[in-house]
Amino acid sequence: MKTIEEIKAAIEAAVPGAKVEVVINPGPSGQHSLLLGTATAAAVAVFLRDDPTLALDFLSNVTGVDWPDKEITEKVKVPRQVVKTVDGAEQTAEEIVEEARKRVEPGYLEAVYHLYSMAKKHGPVIVRIRTENRTDKTKLPSFTPIWRSAELQEREVFDLYGIVFEGHPDLRRILMWDGFKDHPMRRDYVEPDDFEYEPTAHDEVLARAQAQKAATGVGITPQESGR
Amino acid sequence: MSAPTTDLSMQLARQEGWNRPPVIEPGGEGELLELAMGPHHPSTHGVFRMDVVLDGERVIKLKPVFGYLHRNHEKIAENTSYLATMPYTDRLDYFCSLTNNWAYALAVEKLSGQGVPERAEYLRVILAELTRIQNHASTIGFLLQEMGASGTPLMYAFREREKILDLFESLTGSRMMCNYMRFGGCRVDASPAWLDAARKVVSGLPEFVDEFETFLRSNEILMARAQGMGVLRPELAVNAGITGPMLRASGVNYDIRKVDHYGIYDRFKFRVPLGDHWDIYDRYMVRMLEMRESIGILEQALKEIPGGPVMDPKAKIRGFRPKPGEVYGRIEGPKGELGFYLISDGSPNPYRYRVRPPSLINLTVLEDMCVGHNVADVVLIFGSVDIVLGEVDR
Repeated sequence: MKTIEEIKAAIEAAVPGAKVEVVINPGPSGQHSLLLGTATAAAVAVFLRDDPTLALDFLSNVTGVDWPDKEITEKVKVPRQVVKTVDGAEQTAEEIVEEARKRVEPGYLEAVYHLYSMAKKHGPVIVRIRTENRTDKTKLPSFTPIWRSAELQEREVFDLYGIVFEGHPDLRRILMWDGFKDHPMRRDYVEPDDFEYEPTAHDEVLARAQAQKAATGVGITPQESGR
Repeated sequence: MSAPTTDLSMQLARQEGWNRPPVIEPGGEGELLELAMGPHHPSTHGVFRMDVVLDGERVIKLKPVFGYLHRNHEKIAENTSYLATMPYTDRLDYFCSLTNNWAYALAVEKLSGQGVPERAEYLRVILAELTRIQNHASTIGFLLQEMGASGTPLMYAFREREKILDLFESLTGSRMMCNYMRFGGCRVDASPAWLDAARKVVSGLPEFVDEFETFLRSNEILMARAQGMGVLRPELAVNAGITGPMLRASGVNYDIRKVDHYGIYDRFKFRVPLGDHWDIYDRYMVRMLEMRESIGILEQALKEIPGGPVMDPKAKIRGFRPKPGEVYGRIEGPKGELGFYLISDGSPNPYRYRVRPPSLINLTVLEDMCVGHNVADVVLIFGSVDIVLGEVDR
C-alpha cells in the first residue's frame, strides 16, 4: 500500500490540473486523508478506482461533517495616529496599539469517503470534498455513478446535512419525510419543542388546511402557528 | 462455475450505467399495478416499505422506502459522552448487540490508542462468534418461514438461539441489550462456570448444524424457490459496497476478519466459504458453512483462553477525552461490515459520530435482484439480504 504522499503524487501525475491536499490526522490512528478540489474530484475518483496498483474498487463509507462558521478573536498590532500635547503645542505621532479584532472564518460542509480495495485487500484511503459555504453553495459532485454504494449514503447526507450531489440519479430525502424543511444533523439545527405537532404538514393535509383558511378565514395553517 | 476475479470482470463490465438497476418494459396487456409492500407486513422484518410496480405478477420496478424507525442515533451520540453511547449501539442491530459493542469499542480504542488485555480479546471473539451463529441460524429460520415452512425451521433455530442468549444473560445480565464491551476491555469477567457452560453449548452446536442441514440441504421447496433466484453478480456486489455473507455468496473472497486481522483473529484457523451461483441458495449455504467455521473458532478460543484481567487497568473510564483526531474502525459483523467513524475535538463528546450500517448498504441492490421476478419471490430475496430495521433507519 502506498503512503498518502505517494497517492497524492500519483493522482497529480495522472489527472492533469487535479487539486489534492493532504489533511493530517493528529490522532493516534494515523488515518490521514486527501482533500480534493471539487472540479476535478470525479476524475480523481475514477483514477483511484481504475488505477491497477491502487484498485480502490470498494467505497465503504460515505458521510457528511458540518463545520459551522467560526468567530475568531485575534489581537492585532496596528499603527495609529495619536495627538499629543508636547510643550503646549499639539503634535501628531504614530504609536503601535494592540487591538482585538473579530474575524469570521466561513464554515463549510464536508463529505468524507472511505475507500478500500477488495482486489488488493488494502485500505482505507480517505477522501474529502468540501462545499463553498453552508447556505447557498452546497453542491458537490456525486460519486454514485462511480461507486454504486454511495447511492443510499449520499441520499442520507443530502437528507441530514443538505449537501446537494450533482449527478446523483435519485436524490431524495431518505430518512426524514419528503415535506421536511431542515437538515437535522447540522450543528445549528433546533429541534421543534412539540413533538406531537407535525412541523411541516405536507401534501393533502397542507392543501386542505390552506383551502379551508382561504375559504372561511377560520383555522390556522401549520405555518402560522407561531413556529 | 469458477469464482470470478473481481478486478478483471470489473474492467470488462465498465460501461455507462452498468451498475444501475435493469429497466424492463411491461409486456402484458393489462394495466400496471402499484403496490406498497409494508411498512406493516410480516415479511419486512420490521417497519420497511417497498413500493413495487407490477406487471401481472412480475416486478418491473421496486423502490425501498426507509425512515419509519429513524431516531437520529448519530445526533444522540454527538450530544452525549463516548461511554454513554455504548448501550445505544445495542439498539442498532438488536439481534447482534455484542458485535455492535465491539465495533464501537474498537473504533474508540483506535481513536485514543487504547490497548486491550489478552483475556478480553478472547472473550470478545467468543461472544462475537456466538452472536454470528445465532444470527445466521435465525436468518435461515426466517428465510424458510418466508417460503411457507411456517414456524418449524424457525423454532429449531430459536431453540439454539435460546441457549446462546442464556449464556449472554448469565454473563452480561441481558439477553439482547448486552452493553458489555468497554474501551480497553470488557465490563465483567467470565467465571470458570460460565466458560464451562459455554463449552457445553458449543459442543452441542455441530449436532444442531448437522441436523439443520440434513433437513434443509435437499429440501425441495428450498431448492425450487432459492436456486437461480435473486442473482447478484460479483462485480456489481463489489461496486455497490455489499459486504458480509451476501458478498461472499457472490463469490468475492473478502472477510474483514482475514483482511484487517482485528482483535486476535490471526491466531485462529478458519476458512471463508464462497458461493459460485450467486443466488439465494448460495446465501443460505454460505451462512450454514460460516456457522461451522465459527464453531471451529469457538472451540479454539475456549481452549486457549488465558487468565488475567479483562480490563486494561490504565483505561480511563470517567472523564474520558480522546485527543483530537479521527478514526474509522470496522469489524466483520454477522450482516457485513459494521464501521464507526468518529471525529474527536478533545471534548468528552464526539464531534462527529457515524455508523456505517451493513443492513442499509446491502439493500442498495435490492431492486437489481428483484426486477423480473414474481412478487412472491421479492419476499425471499429481501429475506436473504438479512437486515434489521434498527440498523437500517438508525
